[in-house]
Amino acid sequence: MPMTMAEKILAKASVKKNVEAGEIVMANIDVAMTHDLTGPLSVKSFEKIGTENVWDPEKIVVLFDHQVPADSLEAAENHIMLRKFVEKQGITNFYDVREGVCHQVLPEKGHIKPGEVVVGTDSHTCTHGALGAFSTGIGSTDMAMVFATGKLWFKVPETIKFQIEGSLNDFVYAKDVVLDIIGKIGADGATYKACEFSGETIKKMSISERMVLCNMAIEMGGKTGLVEPDEKTINYLKNRTNKEYEIMKTDDDAQSLQTMQIDIDDLEPQIACPHNVDNVKPISEVEGTHIDQVFLGSCTNGRLQDLRTAAKIIKGNKVSDKVRMLVIPASREVYTRAMEEGLLKTFVDSGALVCNPCCGPCLGGHVGLLGPGEVSLSTSNRNFRGRQGSTDAEVYLSSAAVAAASALKGSITDPR
Amino acid sequence: MEEKIRGRVWKFGDDIDTDIILPGRYLVLTDEKKLAEHLMEGADSEFSSKVEQGDIILAGKNFGCGSSREHAPIAIKGAGISAVIAESFARIFYRNAINVGLPLLESKNISHNFSQEDQIEIDMEKGVLKNLATQKEFEVKKLPEFMLEILDQGGLIPYLKKSMKS
Ligand code: SF4
Repeated sequence: MPMTMAEKILAKASVKKNVEAGEIVMANIDVAMTHDLTGPLSVKSFEKIGTENVWDPEKIVVLFDHQVPADSLEAAENHIMLRKFVEKQGITNFYDVREGVCHQVLPEKGHIKPGEVVVGTDSHTCTHGALGAFSTGIGSTDMAMVFATGKLWFKVPETIKFQIEGSLNDFVYAKDVVLDIIGKIGADGATYKACEFSGETIKKMSISERMVLCNMAIEMGGKTGLVEPDEKTINYLKNRTNKEYEIMKTDDDAQSLQTMQIDIDDLEPQIACPHNVDNVKPISEVEGTHIDQVFLGSCTNGRLQDLRTAAKIIKGNKVSDKVRMLVIPASREVYTRAMEEGLLKTFVDSGALVCNPCCGPCLGGHVGLLGPGEVSLSTSNRNFRGRQGSTDAEVYLSSAAVAAASALKGSITDPR
Repeated sequence: MEEKIRGRVWKFGDDIDTDIILPGRYLVLTDEKKLAEHLMEGADSEFSSKVEQGDIILAGKNFGCGSSREHAPIAIKGAGISAVIAESFARIFYRNAINVGLPLLESKNISHNFSQEDQIEIDMEKGVLKNLATQKEFEVKKLPEFMLEILDQGGLIPYLKKSMKS
């Protein structure tokens, strides 16, 4: 039976030959990730089940990234509680306060492989589909069930394939492509669907850029993002894992497949305006908007490629006196490489602040919160009211290049 | 779970995201009563003081979009809300709510048929909603058997405990 990539992965995980969209399956989980913010509830729920030990400590990854180092007593207590859990359960894949954002660290450390099922108590877990895994965000109670049994039920999703053709203009990036799609189909346009990104444009994209697309699948309601693994995927994995994996691909005649053609030849930089991610406008419509803060970072655009893009624009220039610019590399690996390449120096010299790898102001819990009436331009993935601090603040979302150009000018600026 | 739920309606619009339901800075909390103190703070900072045991939230489409934080349905439950009705729900929120034992009902174009603080009656078994102010009835999408069972047990954990025993 012809199947989509999502169906094939779920069929394998539930030890079945075929599965169909709409069917409920009980899947074996290959990787289960939880972090400092949603971990405490997961552990609490797990303890309520009354099972002594987790099903497989080697398949669990625990990581601290949202409030690192601890920014409050509550956060410190949460960290202590999770460290105890990790020790008691013998979880070896544990990354304490220094590694960076979960969705960057997991692939870097080789935890993500094509054809596997990955769950995480974080909605942007869908990022890992960039390597061809079926990867999705779940809640704490679902995670408790995974901890106890290694299994979770899923309704097999239909797949919407975004067939993306054309070449990106200069200063136009994966972020602009995905914002354009979300603007077109809306914040619930792909609810419960697997969002597969395909076509010539995707083949040319780096793994980092593919991650940007998959990362934002949730912002259109998607269950997971997916990109068919190719040479680039294999090369990425080579240095990260020596374990075996299986590459699965969508059959063209799969039943539950819906295709959407997208031509990006004329695309200009896109901005998501307050307070919804699908409130997307071309940059020409919002140019000149005053900003108080620029945030370059997050699991969407805090990778080396983004820092390089931004540094190129910033080098030799000064960040506007009216703007606070926060640069937060997504992981320690990104931080170290950026340091070696001199990018961090460029940022510091320009007047930007460079912080330790973490989520930063992305979710308004840690450093760099916005006060009432303030406006931020952010390379992250959500601009909901109150997301980065005050409910009276506004957040615009953009690519790293727009963020850099805007930081210099003090208002939203087209980098071209 | 009781067959019929009755309560007063609090209306909200479309795309009520998890940052509105429970802003990120409160995620350090895990206690349901403490979480409930900040419920819907993104939309109405006074909401938690207005809401009473048994009240019902009624919203437009895509309720609960955004993060996977289970703190959101826990805060709703903690505030005493007996059910959430919306034109549609975001996927992760939907699962989480059922898992913590918070009844959800989906009904297309329902929003404009209710005014703030109307009394509502829900028959979970039959899948019918009634506006007691206007006496109008509306059909809702019935939950799959499997989810009704989870709700019946009070959530996924008690459900799991029971199925592990047998
Ligand atoms: S960077 Fe932002 S979106 Fe990504 S995991 Fe952290 S808080 Fe979530």
